[in-house]
Amino acid sequence: MIYAASGLPTRGDPNAPANREKSAAGSQGAAFYYVQNAKKDAHTDNMVTVILADYRGYDTLGEETVIYTAGLICFLLLRKRKKESTP
Amino acid sequence: MLDFILGHYAYWFTLVLLVIGLYGMMMKKNLVKKLIGMTIFQVSIIIFYVSSAVKWGATVPILKDTDIEKVHHGIVDTISTAKYINPLPHTLMLTAIVVGVATTGVAFALVISIYKRYKTLEEPELLKRMKKEDDIDSDK
Amino acid sequence: MTRKDDNPIISLVSRSVSPFIMLYALYVIFHGHYSPGGGFQGGTMLAAAVLLVRLAAGSEVSQLQFKKSWGTPLGSIGVLIYFSTGLVAMLLGGNFLDYQFLPLGGHADAIRGWGILFVEIGVGLAVMGILVAIYDDLLEGDPD
Repeated sequence: MIYAASGLPTRGDPNAPANREKSAAGSQGAAFYYVQNAKKDAHTDNMVTVILADYRGYDTLGEETVIYTAGLICFLLLRKRKKESTP
Repeated sequence: MLDFILGHYAYWFTLVLLVIGLYGMMMKKNLVKKLIGMTIFQVSIIIFYVSSAVKWGATVPILKDTDIEKVHHGIVDTISTAKYINPLPHTLMLTAIVVGVATTGVAFALVISIYKRYKTLEEPELLKRMKKEDDIDSDK
Repeated sequence: MTRKDDNPIISLVSRSVSPFIMLYALYVIFHGHYSPGGGFQGGTMLAAAVLLVRLAAGSEVSQLQFKKSWGTPLGSIGVLIYFSTGLVAMLLGGNFLDYQFLPLGGHADAIRGWGILFVEIGVGLAVMGILVAIYDDLLEGDPD
């Protein structure tokens, strides 16, 4: 696994493939677009909140569903029944 | 050579944490220790992603007032992206942290149910008692 | 599980500090636009304020602050707030969760800022309710 981690791009490079304007295939790089246009699109200074709630709001909805389902599972597994529950 | 080590040392430390969590999950026989190993594993993945999102000499991804004024008055055309770190992995890892909390909660609820039913938490003893119940049920 | 008359100092200090933690957590939620923070972080801090009193002062005293049966309905209300913001935006013309079409006045960009605020409040309430409900369910069968 150390061999695999050595193949990653250098940490901290502003020209790494994740940070460029156009990716290798020629399409728009995501992080570049978000940093440029967050203030114009939502009047907000904090880029992380804009991405989380506006550009990728659907993912946040799915994640809330995950934690709601986990709460429901705990509720249903562990409540007391009226009769004795262990068979 | 020194550049290579300085550019990759953080990944290697994170990998040590990952292997510790994996060892705990696979090699320990108590159920609670396996869960602790799973939590360590998840945390190491989160640290790996967040630590791969830095740039040299850049700051937190919240726009500073001086940059906003410059763009507003037309001095500079666009915001310079080399001064703010990449905000995308931070966003994805917020979701991952909350999913980890939910998974740990459900796992502990299941452990409590298993304890109430079989009265033990060690894995070989648990398998023996489950086999005994299966034999009694199939004998009836 | 907890013996509340063991140490009055811990009980008193935790009961006094808990409202201030809640106030700071509200600050973190509402200033998610201008400083690090937002919905998830503030919701976890609110849950921490409630759980502090439950751990330090016993379960009868902490029922006065936040009853055991309020956890799951609060989580449901949070998810409903999120969904209804998206549905209102869809009914009034745009796509699902497209905040430009919300019925508030102003420039299209400012409406997106307000939409983000509603969504973050919903997420904070949901996270708080569910975390307290998970803790209470794990302690269900314990006589205190």
